[in-house]
Amino acid sequence: MKPASFDFICPDTLDEALSALAEAGGDGRIIAGGQSLVPMLNMRLARPGVLIDIMRLETLRRIETSGDGITVGAAVRQADLEAWPNLLRDLPLLAAAFPWIGHVQTRARGTVCGSVAHADPSAELPLSLVTLGGAVSLRSRKQKRKVTADDFFIGMMATNLAEGEMIEAVHFPKARPGSGYAFREVGRRHGDFAIVACAAVADDTGLRLGIAGVDDRPRVFALPELDDDQFDDALNDIAWSLNAREDIHASARYRRELVRNLGRETLREASRCRA
Amino acid sequence: MPRMNAAQRHGVEFTLNGRKVRAEAENRMLLSDLLRHEIGLTGTHVGCEHGVCGACTVQIDGKPARACLTLAQQVRGSDVRTVEALAPGPAELSPLQAAFRRHHGLQCGFCTPGILMSLDALLRDQPDAGREDIREHLSGHLCRCTGYATIVEAALAAAEEQRKEETTNA
Repeated sequence: MKPASFDFICPDTLDEALSALAEAGGDGRIIAGGQSLVPMLNMRLARPGVLIDIMRLETLRRIETSGDGITVGAAVRQADLEAWPNLLRDLPLLAAAFPWIGHVQTRARGTVCGSVAHADPSAELPLSLVTLGGAVSLRSRKQKRKVTADDFFIGMMATNLAEGEMIEAVHFPKARPGSGYAFREVGRRHGDFAIVACAAVADDTGLRLGIAGVDDRPRVFALPELDDDQFDDALNDIAWSLNAREDIHASARYRRELVRNLGRETLREASRCRA
Repeated sequence: MPRMNAAQRHGVEFTLNGRKVRAEAENRMLLSDLLRHEIGLTGTHVGCEHGVCGACTVQIDGKPARACLTLAQQVRGSDVRTVEALAPGPAELSPLQAAFRRHHGLQCGFCTPGILMSLDALLRDQPDAGREDIREHLSGHLCRCTGYATIVEAALAAAEEQRKEETTNA
């Protein structure tokens, strides 16, 4: 349970970090808060030859509001965003999700972008980002690009991050007045990985339901306003459309049942919050 | 831009329990191992080594954090506090530690240092912390002996005592 050896680089600027990442090729990894990466290193599920620490880069440590969105830099810790004064007003879905994200002790170190980069299929931050229709800014030495969160997550702990690229920031659309948001989760213990987590948005375009812990990545579904019977049918269709995983914690059938029940509760709560 | 070679040990300077320290560590060394094996402070316990059990919890810049999920090199320049910082003297316990003793908040004691460091931070940041806040902080720790009821009682008693103390001093 100790990491294999690696070179450690503490760049002073973002350009230096990107150069180091480019030079390391496939052998380099960015380390930020380390709350997902260090367990992987300890268990030797990850064995990078070079780690590049970005936590001293001030330019990545910003939470910025611009127009209709909130940009969270790669060195912003989860606890910093949780304590951000405008969280409840501008990102009420995240305010509801934060108590479920790891524990106080891991949120104090872990970063928002780090959780997105790790792309655990049951993780709350990727789920929230996908459900809100957010985006991820990627940067390499040669180029910058921005991809939608839905395109970013491509599978179990797999993203479309290319070699030499790092997440520079993630973008959450700002909550609009008259919209409702809700977050619910079922796990073995508060703070454990979710068996199923649901995030919901209700606004003038209808309902959106995001689901984590079931398929190999967070998935989001749009639903029109429906009456109760149609609602249950729609949720049942969603449950069966997901490629539900089976593991030591829960059967695929149980996960589908949670999608139907937790999904309904979460959507109802979002609708109530809207009213 | 310093590049620290994997094959060598590198100096890391930080503040530990109020004192400046300089230690030598390989890049791959965890903070938990640096504290225990290089510096010799064995109060920080190591359980699961992947962030689940909470036994290794210390405070980094005032916030509770897993020493086993922190590389020694990541605390360069930080302020680290371990369980050794709690008791004011060799024959004296901190109010939180004394409350654990009174309320039987520990049995084997393996998980205790980590729990103390989380609760110490909680009671400092939120002096009015109640049962729910305490349980929320405890959810990041595993205890396999006592159950958590006596730990919660101890923390509530320590919080109460702290509030009385502050009223008296005010």
